[in-house]
Amino acid sequence: MPIPTPFHARTSALCVSHEWRDWSGYLAASLYEPAHDREYYAIRSSASLIDVSPLYKYEVRGPDALGFVDRLMTRDLTRCVTGQVMYSPWCDDDGKVIDDGTVARLAPDRFRITAAEANLVWFQDCAYGMDVEVMDVSAKLAVLALQGPNARKILQRVVQGIDLERLKYYRLAEGKAGEIPLAISRTGYTGDLGYELWVAPELALPLWDHLIEQGEAYGIMPAGMLALDIARIEAGLIMIQIDYISSRKALIQAQKSSPFEIGLDWAVDLTKKHFIGREALRAEHRQGSFWQFTGVEVDWNSLEALFGKVNLTPRLTGKASRLAVPIYSGGRQIGQMTSHTFSPLLKKYIGLATVERKYAAEGARVSVEVTVEYTRQRSEARLVKTPFFNPARKRA
Amino acid sequence: MMPVEYDAIVIGGGHNGLVNAAYLARAGKKTLVLERRHILGGASVTEEIFPGFKFSVFSYVVSLFRPEIIRDLNLTQHGLMILPLESTLAPLPDGDYLYRGADHYESYRNIARFSPRDADAYEDYSRSMYFMAKAVKYVLGIIPPDPASLHLNDLSGLARMARQFLNLDGDQFYTLVRLMTMSSADFLERWFESEPLMGTLSASGIIGTFLGPRSPGSAYVLLHHYMGEIDGVFRAWGFAKGGTGAIAGAIASSARALGVDIRTNAAVSKIIVQNGQSVGVALENGDEIYARVVVSSLDPQQTFLKLIDPALLPDELVASVRKYIYRGSSGKVNLALDAPPELACLPGPGPHLRGAISISPSVDYIERAYDDAKYGDFSRRPYIDVIVPSMIDPDMAPPGKHVMSCFVQYAPYHLRDGNWDDQREAFGEAVVDTLAEYIPNLKDIILHRQVLTPLDIERTTGLTEGNIFQGELSLSQLFFLRPAPGLAKYRTPIRKTYLCGSSTHPGGGITGAPGRLAALEILKDWQP
Repeated sequence: MPIPTPFHARTSALCVSHEWRDWSGYLAASLYEPAHDREYYAIRSSASLIDVSPLYKYEVRGPDALGFVDRLMTRDLTRCVTGQVMYSPWCDDDGKVIDDGTVARLAPDRFRITAAEANLVWFQDCAYGMDVEVMDVSAKLAVLALQGPNARKILQRVVQGIDLERLKYYRLAEGKAGEIPLAISRTGYTGDLGYELWVAPELALPLWDHLIEQGEAYGIMPAGMLALDIARIEAGLIMIQIDYISSRKALIQAQKSSPFEIGLDWAVDLTKKHFIGREALRAEHRQGSFWQFTGVEVDWNSLEALFGKVNLTPRLTGKASRLAVPIYSGGRQIGQMTSHTFSPLLKKYIGLATVERKYAAEGARVSVEVTVEYTRQRSEARLVKTPFFNPARKRA
Repeated sequence: MMPVEYDAIVIGGGHNGLVNAAYLARAGKKTLVLERRHILGGASVTEEIFPGFKFSVFSYVVSLFRPEIIRDLNLTQHGLMILPLESTLAPLPDGDYLYRGADHYESYRNIARFSPRDADAYEDYSRSMYFMAKAVKYVLGIIPPDPASLHLNDLSGLARMARQFLNLDGDQFYTLVRLMTMSSADFLERWFESEPLMGTLSASGIIGTFLGPRSPGSAYVLLHHYMGEIDGVFRAWGFAKGGTGAIAGAIASSARALGVDIRTNAAVSKIIVQNGQSVGVALENGDEIYARVVVSSLDPQQTFLKLIDPALLPDELVASVRKYIYRGSSGKVNLALDAPPELACLPGPGPHLRGAISISPSVDYIERAYDDAKYGDFSRRPYIDVIVPSMIDPDMAPPGKHVMSCFVQYAPYHLRDGNWDDQREAFGEAVVDTLAEYIPNLKDIILHRQVLTPLDIERTTGLTEGNIFQGELSLSQLFFLRPAPGLAKYRTPIRKTYLCGSSTHPGGGITGAPGRLAALEILKDWQP
């Protein structure tokens, strides 16, 4: 049975939909209200509060902490200054992605890694022989994501000791919310202006109350996983086991992906002297990857025409789908769209996809499978760059 | 000579004998099954030992029963239902416990209480075992090719098998070799560090064998706990509704519907051999029944040294049958209970009572239990695998009452001092005393106790030395060596005479696989 997070006393009272899901063994609200629309719009128009405590969190400390995270991650962590956060995947020796997450430098010899899956064995084994300690601190930190255009204004009313105007994208600082010590990172999974708040579990509820109280006038509201899923697809952010499969979980070789194949080329620094998977990734870089990550925009007119044939208008659930659908080019399947959703903001049907690289040119015309009245149809679509939605406020 | 009444006679109405007969009948062969006891099932029987309380007297859980047999013989229609065993609880001497169930994250949190690393590694381990099971599954489903033979069928069989193993990637292949050679304790240490987890996992490596968790070769037995998972089954281990006798009952019902004749109280005293070929059997009551083919589901000891005159057999074969290792190592204690058992670590009702309760707190604990047995004593503090069938299937006991099945290791067939008839109750006491440490109310709620030593298992079921697998499941007695070179393809040196029991490939447990594979081979040989 999933267990409550430190915020459960508040989230459960608000979750009138009674729709929960299991997130890494914790109860996570799918949506709070009977419909998730307002929660989605809170992310994009005001401010949403998302309980992301189930994230796996690891603390790395010791004289070799920097050497360790730099050896682990495909990005150059030597450039990560104290108070900075970097997003990076990490790979096995074959250059296949195990997981992806953020690495925060808390002090010169102290880092915190967030992960979607348990990674303790991998991290500790990779640290063998180094003067560094890797600890699972997942249950020792409650985490709230405060995401949306009003996030900063709310925090400014709540937090002391941090100059939020100057806290840049992917930076972290420590301060207080009244009597509550906390760390704030300017990170998130929505592609919007947003922060993540890191607090001791016993102080989780007072922090929640404080934020709700001060945020009310700014339209703060809790948001569940359904709203978050739409936002992260709009932001072009991948999800493990959905958009790619961890090499630790893959049952066959073909299920594994390199960072180049899941859109994380930018997060691989092949000039680094050494990191796990480097040789394999250098070779793949030379030869070219087989797969490529891409955004897909389904042609609305085509979609409308398919439904029109049976005298219907496009019937979309309004929720993001994690059921992969085939993508075709000239009658041949060239890949699959692994996450897809109607974007309420963009009024487009969009998706994240993996296609064979040789077909992956930006703007390429493809077709994707849609089901119309139990029949499999193909709608015209176009390969596009991600993110689909990228407001200036995210970094401003 | 009497007229030939049957196409085939199957000796022994255990589950493999019944499966064999059903498959022969399905191919149109007129088949007779002869069972010595008054009930069918062999070691797969349900008996009401104490009024109102039904026991799976011997074999008590099932994981490897071949789904193709359930489909082919329409067993669901004939009453077969296998209910899931939800979990494994390992109570610990200090009052703590390790619980693993169907909920992945709950198991994760339980393991993490002892080692956060082990919680993470558990998934890697399970995944590795999945790959191993996938590789070995192919082997379990084929007629073992003999690598020493130059026969075309053997060579092509070996080539096909080699191709299967080439599908493994390097790491998986190395793991397979380790699995085949290591002790379960050493194998598990490649992933884990916490005692309770290694203890309870290593217990799977010793069940039914005369090995300890530190004996090389025990790792392979671990695999048997994972084999069921690859057939699309959610939980590998299950409990047959109505007890394991219901499995035999369903097969028998299907066999009868296919036209099989089944006689109980029909002990065979001899396989009648004429001119180097079997022509029928003689019963203990003096009757003789003739058939074109005789199939024995009994173990090699029974088949070749008792039912057939060894003088008719090649000396080498007699020698290897005599050297075949049985070494019964387990006993069974069946309890009728007046009330539900209360665990010290988790008092009250709960899902843990619907799963296995494993007294295996550490590798050392089990190894010490083995130490006793190595020198001819039963374990003073044994490994015990407990299930409470009435918690899963309420029809096993009167309402509110319960039956408890305790599989116990080690109980060596050959005792150093005394004999099992004298030691039986002391053995039962040791089991109940051990359990009472973890189940404080146990002694107060026992209404009836049935203690089965290896000698009792042998006497009742005919399994030599009480070995539950018809011979050790060690690598030296598996595949083309099971039960002996030259016997591994279900055929024997006597023409028209076959084996189909657990002593043949792929071995013991309620799988039905030997019975089915033997039937397929018999049908291949069939000449009109």
